[in-house]
Amino acid sequence: MFPSEFEYLAPTTLDEALSLLAEHAEDAKVLAGGQSLIPLMKLRFAAPAILIDINGLPGLSHLQEDKRGRGFLRIGALVRNAALERSELLKARYPTMAAAAPLISDPIVRNQGTLVGSLVHADPQGDWGSVLLALEGEVVAKSATGERRIPATKFFDGPFTTVLRPDELAVEARVPAPGPRSFGTYLKLERKVGDFATVGVAVSVSTERGVVTRAGIGLTGVGPANIKAVDAEQALVGHRLTDKAIRRAAELAAAASEPRTDVRGSADYKREVVRVYVARGLHQALAAKAA
Amino acid sequence: MHRSITVTVNGQARTAEVEPRMLLVHFLREVLDLRGAHVGCDTTSCGACAVLVDGVPVKSCTMFAVQVDGKSLTTVEGLASNGQKHAIQEGFKEEHGLQCGFCTPAMMLVASALLEENPNPSEREIRWAISGNLCRCTGYQNIVKAVQHAAATLHPQPAGRTE
Repeated sequence: MFPSEFEYLAPTTLDEALSLLAEHAEDAKVLAGGQSLIPLMKLRFAAPAILIDINGLPGLSHLQEDKRGRGFLRIGALVRNAALERSELLKARYPTMAAAAPLISDPIVRNQGTLVGSLVHADPQGDWGSVLLALEGEVVAKSATGERRIPATKFFDGPFTTVLRPDELAVEARVPAPGPRSFGTYLKLERKVGDFATVGVAVSVSTERGVVTRAGIGLTGVGPANIKAVDAEQALVGHRLTDKAIRRAAELAAAASEPRTDVRGSADYKREVVRVYVARGLHQALAAKAA
Repeated sequence: MHRSITVTVNGQARTAEVEPRMLLVHFLREVLDLRGAHVGCDTTSCGACAVLVDGVPVKSCTMFAVQVDGKSLTTVEGLASNGQKHAIQEGFKEEHGLQCGFCTPAMMLVASALLEENPNPSEREIRWAISGNLCRCTGYQNIVKAVQHAAATLHPQPAGRTE
């Protein structure tokens, strides 16, 4: 399969990239890892006239916390999934992300694919969107005219659609640093390594003296976009992680899902997996003594 | 619209004019006549086209040739040196790690990259590393043995590591 013809531009500075984006806007697509974009171009679902390769830009490969771990974890647009999978920082401090990273596609694809690229691609079956929703992260977008920080809850605008403007470049994703008693995980049902999620569930919980102070639940593959199960989250806040509270949250999350029957399973089956996975994730949180 | 790229392939600098839309796998096979990278699924699933770019496995059907300008590539043709098989090739031969051979070049490259990073991998780590490479013949058992054989050759251990 061969993509349509395009003009290839490889800027070497961020300013240059942003002015190219401003100039070409709708005609251009940004190439980072390319593990979603290039397959789409080969199928000619995407046929950009201009491809702006950002792999040569400096300053987009950072994976670090700011404000001595009291601010945000900042993930640059060129941080590969393989780097996230190997990150000791994620293992120690960001368990939801550490659990999700090894489940993204397969090891070879993870060497190229990026978290920020996955967010921008906005596939409803993409894993990182649910993680960002559960962790209440944000995307930093830059353009020739300025910068804005877009909360995850406002970023996704439907299947394969975000609120990014054509002249904007997503330069970074940010995740708030965890509180002292936080836990999370990501559970993914897939038919085989490299498959998209049949169902994915991101869970993140913070507690104080055993009482939930913040809960985040993101759902993958069970709606037209990644879903933040807000009712389930709110049902947990202010309560202990008792069996009853967990059961209630799991039911609310299942009710928030909007799965469709397809080759990976029936809608009823997927909704049931959401229920089971949310409960399992919260029980793991309890076992990890977040409470 | 053609672009000039220079790539070091198996230690040798190669320069060519390519269309931006030319995929790396076609550049290797059709421009450089290196047929070891196979087009299997052509949909980023099977891993038969995997080659090493600066030592890192990538699916060459999911990368444009223009993206590797200035980089160093290793294909299966570059594994042997001075007429000597690479330890991973020896392993695949000794342990019968192939049947039809279609997945084998990429399988060996991915395994060699694993052994660079992790000289003494556990069986689980080997299976994890090759989980992006499909083999429809072997059931993977002999491939795992082949990688273990290569690891033992490259880095002899007093006692084998267990799970």
